[in-house]
This record gives sequence, structure tokens and C-alpha cells, in this order.
Amino acid sequence: MAFDLPTIWAVLICVALTAYVVLDGFDLGIGVLFWFGKDRKERDTMMNTVAPVWDGNETWLILGGGGLFAAFPLAYSVLLTAFYAPLIAMLLALVLRGVAFEFRFRTERWKPYWSAAFFGGSTVAAFCQGVMVGAFVQGVEVQDGVYAGGWFDWLTPFTLVTGLALVAGYALLGAGWLVIKTSGDIHARMAKLRIPLGIAAIVLLGGVSLGTLYQDADIAARWFGGGFYILLWAIPALTGLAAIGWLATAWRGMEVTPFLCSLVMFALAMAGLAASLYPNLIPPDISYREAANADGSLAFMLVGALVLLPVILGYTAYAYWIFRGKVDPEHGYH
Amino acid sequence: MDLDPIALARIQFAFTVSFHIIFPAFTIGLASYLAVLEGLWLATRRQVFLTLYKFWLPVFAVAFAMGVVSGLVMSYQFGTNWGPFAEMTAPVLGPLLAYEVLTAFFLEAGFLGVMLFGMGRVGEKLHFTATALVAIGTLISAFWILSANSWMQTPAAFHIDADGRFAPDSWIGVIFNPSFPYRFAHMTMAAYLATAFLVGAAGAWRLLKDKTSAPGKVMFAMAALMAMTAAPLQLVIGDLHGLNTQEHQPAKLAAMEGHFETREGAPFYVVGWPDQEAGEMQAAIAIPKLGSLILHHSLNAEVTGLDSIAQEDWPNVPFVFWSFRVMVGLGMLMILYGLCALVLGLRKKLFEARWLQGWAVAMAPSGLIAILAGWFVTEAGRQPYVVYGLMRTDEAASPIGAPGVAGSLLAFVVVYLTVFVAGAFYMIRLAVRDPEGVTGKRELKKGPIRSAGVEPGPAQKGGEQGGAG
Repeated sequence: MAFDLPTIWAVLICVALTAYVVLDGFDLGIGVLFWFGKDRKERDTMMNTVAPVWDGNETWLILGGGGLFAAFPLAYSVLLTAFYAPLIAMLLALVLRGVAFEFRFRTERWKPYWSAAFFGGSTVAAFCQGVMVGAFVQGVEVQDGVYAGGWFDWLTPFTLVTGLALVAGYALLGAGWLVIKTSGDIHARMAKLRIPLGIAAIVLLGGVSLGTLYQDADIAARWFGGGFYILLWAIPALTGLAAIGWLATAWRGMEVTPFLCSLVMFALAMAGLAASLYPNLIPPDISYREAANADGSLAFMLVGALVLLPVILGYTAYAYWIFRGKVDPEHGYH
Repeated sequence: MDLDPIALARIQFAFTVSFHIIFPAFTIGLASYLAVLEGLWLATRRQVFLTLYKFWLPVFAVAFAMGVVSGLVMSYQFGTNWGPFAEMTAPVLGPLLAYEVLTAFFLEAGFLGVMLFGMGRVGEKLHFTATALVAIGTLISAFWILSANSWMQTPAAFHIDADGRFAPDSWIGVIFNPSFPYRFAHMTMAAYLATAFLVGAAGAWRLLKDKTSAPGKVMFAMAALMAMTAAPLQLVIGDLHGLNTQEHQPAKLAAMEGHFETREGAPFYVVGWPDQEAGEMQAAIAIPKLGSLILHHSLNAEVTGLDSIAQEDWPNVPFVFWSFRVMVGLGMLMILYGLCALVLGLRKKLFEARWLQGWAVAMAPSGLIAILAGWFVTEAGRQPYVVYGLMRTDEAASPIGAPGVAGSLLAFVVVYLTVFVAGAFYMIRLAVRDPEGVTGKRELKKGPIRSAGVEPGPAQKGGEQGGAG
């Protein structure tokens, strides 16, 4: 397991995707929960909790796409073609929910429609992302470096469950975020709602994890093969601890800790996924090394990434810091 | 009818990228304009600059959101529909796009929130810094994406590696490929000009409603200044860009000029119908020898025509020829507008000529249309290649059947048209408000959390009536 350029980039892409899932996760989750906003004012408040940061959150998805193209072009080309329908649906859903951030505040007559676009777009985007995760784990058929499967290979009971799991998971993150950023009625409602959401997310996540074992004999063999891989059991063990921590702190009505616990659960789920599939980037059998870009190109990008990623994390954290605290429904951010 | 999946994929890419480019072009110009306005406000403390900053900020927010979401689509579309292209060019183009995300997109997104919602939460200087960083971010983004596009037009500093991919020899050579400096200058200037004509139209609209409007005068005068200076400068840059195209992409240039035959003392075709099949220009109005003069700065120089190139390697000549004429025609109109404004300005009558204001309103979309026409010229003119001279477009497409691409294309058209109509409507409604009317109490009650209150309800209607009159 040499630590070469493709390996470093595989780790970086995983980090970018994890950053995307936890950051855009809660703001897509707010869209999923838009249905539970009681009136316009409440929905305005919900949206305002992420208005200054949603764009930055979504940039991680652009990095995911651009980074996959730049680092693993074969995977970019094969996977995106394989997931054509859910991917296009996700992009269009993100278009609708993204413009809704601005359009909702620019009209009165059409406001309900843009609220619906925000709810529908966020939910469809989350569901499609989940479906694609499932389809990815399932594996895709490749011949001569080109996708050779059918149009609906991505559509199976397993991928529908992963889709639902991600919707529930994002809604949990969204509820956790709203508990932190709001007060009053909406705060109380979200604090209550997060408990069933969290239980649903944990059950679905557990189901998906078990399902993953049955997708491929190699995956099951890795987890139950003993030896060195016994160490991998730290991942589900920690996930279990995070889940217990989440339940205990959410039950007691705490604000920040349960949200952090749910973020940790997500990050660990990503780690579990990576551990199951390693070293394949196009499951079931094309490794990230085979899919990697030329070394010279990877090296050129790495210089920039190592310098710029800390800077990006720095000013992103600063932007969150500027807009810290609860959103006042009467006075917005002022 | 048998649908060709590659043709559909091309239509889808052309449609989505054309939709997209409008918004970055506008936000490149508007971000710089906002930075100038805020800088002027801090330097002079004249209220009108702050008024205008607050007036344009929500327009910027709408345009930026539309640019972001349509740009996200672009970053995935190489993979969904152009897989072989992505694999072949990834060693060269991948890092350029990755650097665009790392140096530009995060910067813009990170400080956009501060710019839109941070007034009153951070200090004035810090807020100005955020605006300036967003503006710089838009330019850095243009730098990388135009470098990547230029490399596809004029590939340089590469070899074909063992896997059959284009592999870079020198990053400087790749980034600063032969057409890049011209394209970057031409596009940046185009974005500024397009924005100037939109701002000028908003100023003219205000002046037509109220002759004494101070913000109206400032917008109108600033835009006129841009038309006087940037429009003629753009002609010079465009000419240099054309000469560069002549050197590196002769087929494109011949199509732009409608020159089918190689000859000395070639004419300039003002209009005409290039007959692609027959390989000749029909129904032309031509000015003798002007073609040679423009392209070689000499009356009798030999001009290379399409007859020197195999017909299967020609682009769609009428499309390129006419797109070029639309772009140049609009550019000439802009220069003429600038001249009229200059003459009136020298006579101290800039704000009195109602006809100029009417003309300015009519010119509102001129810059954006010229940008689209210009991109049609350069992209259609590169055909039948996706990487000029090296990779043909029909070798670059992913194996997705016609029904799949037709379905996605239809979905894009429906969603994009909905979003475009709504977005354009909201932006126009914002741009025709009275800037002074909206920076008072009413404006403070609008928008997300851009300023004090968050009750967009009744104030919205008030603003609408006040604006549209």
C-alpha cells in the first residue's frame, strides 16, 4: 500500500466528498424539512439559517465532480455515464432548489411555488445522491474502458433504500442544524422531530450497511475474513458509539452535541464505505490506480491543493463564524 | 425520424453552456462594478454610490445563483455525455479545472455570503474586501476556464502518452497557449461591456422616468464612459484575436469571412449567403480588396480560403459567418453609441438627449447577445473538432442512446426555460426600481437577510408598483 500520488488523491477526493455530504447535507436537509415549516415566516427563517453559506457548501460538489475528472478521469467518465438518469435528475433538482434561495424572496405571488421547488428539489437531489451511492456500491459493468451496462442498472431495491437512507440522514442533519440556529416554535418542533428522524436514519443506515455486505463476496470476505481487517471493526463500533451519543444528548434537548454526533456518524459511514470498496473506484474490480490521471498532472494539482485547501477551510470557517448564533425571525441577521 | 445521439448531445451541451455563460459574463462585470461603487463610496462618502451598491446587490445575488447552479451542471457534463473526451484530455484540462475550483469558486462562494448579508455584521473595510475578493474570484475563474477552452482551440505543449492521452510537457505552455491571451482579454472586456450596457439601460430607464435622478445620471454616465473607451478598445482586441485565429485556425477564420477561394486582393463580404454545398458565396454585398486589407493589412495580399482545406474538415460556414456578423454588428453599434455619447457629453448635453436614453434602453441585451454570438463563432468554428485538428467531436461522445439524451435534453429545456424566464423577470423588476426609493425604509424590509428586516411581504408589492410605475 504505497503512498503514491493516486493514493493521496483518492484520500483527498474522499475528504472532499465527506465535506460535501456533511456541509450540503444539512442544507439539503433543511429543504427536505421545508414541508414542516408552519408558515411563510418560519420557512423564511429556516432558509435564512443557510442563506449565507449554501453556495460554499455546494462548491464541494463541484470539487467532487471537477476533482474526479482531474484525478480519476476513467471513473468520472464511466460512473457518470452509468448514473446518467439519476445524475441529471440530481443536477436539475439542485438548479431548482438553488435558485429558490433567491427567487422565493423576490416574489409574493409565486412564493409558494418556489417553496415547493426548494422542498422538491432538495428532496429529489438527496434521494438521487443516495441512489447513486447504492448503485456505486452495487458495481457497474465496464468493457474496454466504457460503460457497458443498461440504462436502469442503477434502479434496484437496494438503491431505493440507500436513496431513502440519505433523505432521512440529511433531514436529521437539517433538523440538528435548525435546532442550533433557531428559537421558539420552530426550534421546539425540530428538537422533537429529530428523534424519529434520527432513529429512521440509523435503522436505514444499518440496513444499508448490511445490504452492502451482500453486494459482493469480496466485501463480506473483507469484513469477516479476520486477520488485519479486524481493525476495520473500529468503524462500526465508533458509529455505534456516535449513535448512542446522539440519542442520549438529543433526548436531553442539547443543541450542538447531537448535531456533531450526527456529523460524525456520516463521516464514519463514508469511512466504512471506503473500507468496504478499497481499492476499487469503479466497483466491482477497477481500482483507483487504474483509473488515475497521469502522475505529472496529479503532482501539479497536489501542489495547489496542499496550499489552497487549508486556506479554503480557513475562510470558510471564518464565514460560518461571522454568521454564528441564532437567526432572529424578526430581524434576520442584524 | 432517426435522432442522432451525438447531435443531441451537442445540442444539449450548446444549450446548457449558452444558458450558463450569460450569468458568469454578467457577474464578472457586475462584481467589478460593485467593487468600484463600494470603493468610491468609501473614498468619497457620496451617498449615491452606496445607494447604487445596494440597488445592484440583489440583482447580483440572483444572477450569481443562476450562474452557480448552471455551472454545477457543466462540471458534470463532460463525464455524462463526453466520456472519451474527458479521458483523453484529463491530463491537460483536469488540473486547469481543478485549479478553477480551488482558486476561484471557493473564494467567490466563501465571501459571497459576507458580501450579500454581511453589511452591518463586519466593518466597512472588511466588507469592501469581501466584495473585491468576489470580483477577483470571478476573474480568476475566467482565467482558468478560458485557458482550458483556448487549449482546445490551439493545443500546445503536449505529447500523446502511452495510454493515448494528451499529456502536458510544460504547464506554462499549456496555460498560456497561443490563443489564450487574446481570448481572455476579449472575453473579460466583453463581460465588462455587456454589464456596462445593462447598467446604462437601467440608468437611462430611470432618467426617462425622472430627469433629475442622481443615481440614474451616475449609472448612465459611467456606462457611457465605458462605451466610449471599452467599445473601441474591444475592436482592437478583437482584431488581434482574429489575426491569431488566422494563424492557428485558418478554417474558422475563412468561415467567419465567408472566403471559399484562396485569392489575392480578397473582398470583404458585408452580408451574403455562404453556400456550403457549392462552396461559394451567394447574394453577397462585397467591398473589393477590403478582406485582404483587414486580414493582412495590405490591399493585394493573398487570403487563404476554405478550398485549401478538405470539405469534411469545414465548420458550418453560414452559421459561423452570420454569428460573426451579429457580434461585429452589435460591437459597431456600441462604438457608435459611445461616439454619440461623447459628442453630447462634450456639449454638456449627455443627460438631456431623450433619444440617447431610449437607445440605451434598447441596447440593454446587446452585450449579452454579442457574447453568445461570439461564442457561437469560436465554438462552431472549431468544428468538426473538439480539440482542434486532433480529436473530432464525433469521437468524443459517451455511448448514450438517442432516447436517453433526448429525454435529458427535454428536461434541461423545460427546467432552464422556467428558471430563465423567472430569473430574467425578477432581475428586470429589480433593475427598474427607483434606487432612491428602495434604499429608504422600503428596501430595508426586503430580501432575505440582506439588510435589517425580514418581512418581504407587503414591501415587495410596494417596490414593484414604485418601480414599474
